[in-house]
Amino acid sequence: MAVLLLWMIVPLVMTVWFSFQRYNLLDPSADAFAGIDNYVFLVTDPDFWVSLTNTLILLASVLAITVGLGTLLAVLFDQDFPGRGIARVLAISPFFVMPTVAALIWKNLMMHPIYGVFGAIARAFGLEPVDWFAEYPMASVIAIVSWEWLPFALLILLTAVQSLDHEQREAARMDGAGVFAQFFFITLPHLSRAISVVIMIETIFLLTVFAEIFVTTSGGPGNATTNLAFLIYARALLQFDVGGASAGGVVAILLANIVAFFLVRSIARRLEV
Amino acid sequence: MATVTLRGLRKSYGPVEAIKGIDLDVADREFVVFVGPSGCGKSTLLRMIAGLEQITSGDLLIEGARVNDVGPADRGLAMVFQSYALYPHMTVRQNMGFALRLARVPKAERDRKVEAAAAVLQLQPYLERTPKELSGGQRQRVAIGRAIVRQPKVFLFDEPLSNLDAALRGQMRIELARLHEELQATMIYVTHDQVEAMTMADKIVVLQAGRVEQVGSPLELYHSPANLFVAGFIGSPRMNMLQSEVAGADATGVAIDVGPGARIVVPVQQGQVRQGDRVTLGIRPESLAAYDEGQLAGTVRLVERLGGMTLLHVGTEADLPLIVQTDGADVTSAHAPIRLAVDAAACHVFSADGLALPHLATHRLVARPEA
Ligand SMILES: Nc1ncnc2c1ncn2[C@@H]1O[C@H](COP(=O)(O)OP(=O)(O)O)[C@@H](O)[C@H]1O
Ligand SMILES: [Mg+2]
Repeated sequence: MAVLLLWMIVPLVMTVWFSFQRYNLLDPSADAFAGIDNYVFLVTDPDFWVSLTNTLILLASVLAITVGLGTLLAVLFDQDFPGRGIARVLAISPFFVMPTVAALIWKNLMMHPIYGVFGAIARAFGLEPVDWFAEYPMASVIAIVSWEWLPFALLILLTAVQSLDHEQREAARMDGAGVFAQFFFITLPHLSRAISVVIMIETIFLLTVFAEIFVTTSGGPGNATTNLAFLIYARALLQFDVGGASAGGVVAILLANIVAFFLVRSIARRLEV
Repeated sequence: MATVTLRGLRKSYGPVEAIKGIDLDVADREFVVFVGPSGCGKSTLLRMIAGLEQITSGDLLIEGARVNDVGPADRGLAMVFQSYALYPHMTVRQNMGFALRLARVPKAERDRKVEAAAAVLQLQPYLERTPKELSGGQRQRVAIGRAIVRQPKVFLFDEPLSNLDAALRGQMRIELARLHEELQATMIYVTHDQVEAMTMADKIVVLQAGRVEQVGSPLELYHSPANLFVAGFIGSPRMNMLQSEVAGADATGVAIDVGPGARIVVPVQQGQVRQGDRVTLGIRPESLAAYDEGQLAGTVRLVERLGGMTLLHVGTEADLPLIVQTDGADVTSAHAPIRLAVDAAACHVFSADGLALPHLATHRLVARPEA
């Protein structure tokens, strides 16, 4: 228990401690208590607000895409059709690809204007290939991260769909529910718990997306795809400002906790049902 | 006039035929029970009527109109499922009003209908609860209420009582019979429990392996089973079946030796049966009685005292096991020798192909004379 506590507390306390220090790796002698200077510097830094917004945009978009598409695919894959087993395996396999590799694949094989598949398709139709990471950097990152997380959502939601008592759906059919009414009145409420679980787990990971951004856009162009995780990295290891980075880290922890608090509360309420 | 007519109804799952051609007429306001062992196709047949299962061939008519290609919601039927299939996230009120809501019935009218149905089933105190806050019996009633609210032409039930305990099952049986009378509705009820079939049905349809074995009133099936299967399936404890040989057959009946020097003459039409043929003699447990001058001698092996009645398990001299039903005051003890009298008029004779030889006289409780 004590070990566990230390395990959790020490890095946290050190992060909080550094966030109040003036501590730059380029000038270690200059360390001193900085008070809330680091935070003031942080919140007055336009990059910080941009990165905060980017973090939330990335989170919300990927959640919307994976949950929406995941639900749809889960319902489709629950139907009987030839080749269903293979289709399921294919749909779920991206989950086993490492984020770095996934990002590299997308960057070089899919979205690259010259070598990428999308570029080839565009040329086949006589269109100008799009340089995705230059023109739509955020959308590109969202696409990659969604591609990675869709299988996870699908897996959880498909299991949930399959656990739906088929007599319930038949009762609804007899009650006059069409395909859409069945989906909205029977399937969706049944999935609500699984959807909450997907949202909670994805949120924890999506707040700290890093490898995909590092590999593809490095937070750019400018700061267009800099999220909190990348900002902290940039502060600490590109600008060697450990104090500032720690302050960013504390903010990230707070943000994660606020989001998690609301999520856990709403989900705990669901799980009671 | 809510009649249901089945004409040569068949259902195949790939190469497997689950329903092998069924003809049946369900009259208006009739309570028809499909009964048969597990896997005989009762649910499949009911689901074909409901529209949940495609009909492979044959015709299904409701009120004289062919409905093979009409969707389940538009056939004017309501179904109560074995699992109840209540919508877990809706309250009792929403569950019962769901069909009306989908049909865009105004809320006031919807509430009025739901409350009327709830009153019939004594569900008013539970209208705002969700299904998980109800007991098994209450859930069952909500499922029935959901059907009543739609005012269907025909009610379909698929083993609705099989998840209830014995006491509740008895109570719900009575309640369903009351509902049938009160609603004046046509009902088709599926069960594997012959007690439910016997107590509730106007007409029983005995199914086996996708075929109809016999259709008739409960007492018709009990007193004039058409074949060995029906004879063994209807009645508890089971009918005693004795492999025997015909000792003689004439216009007064078929004579069978049930033991050395113990000949009984069963008053059935002799038909194709001749002396020396192998037949099965069927004797209901209550057609046997302990009697000092009885034709059959044997030894009591086991005594089951049920209070109101006693079951004697007897081994005859020819070592055939027999169950004898006597009254609760019977004092016979195990291992005692016993002589049994056979009520020959109540016995049944089945020829080698399993079909019953028709009785010469019809049982006085069976209204319809045998053909
Ligand atoms: N969807 C299905 N696919 C293949 N066979 C089925 C299907 N549904 C039922 N059957 C078969 O049809 C037969 C009758 O089943 P069912 O109607 O459920 O029996 P019961 O309700 O009398 O117990 C069974 O042998 C069962 O295996
Ligand atoms: Mg069944």
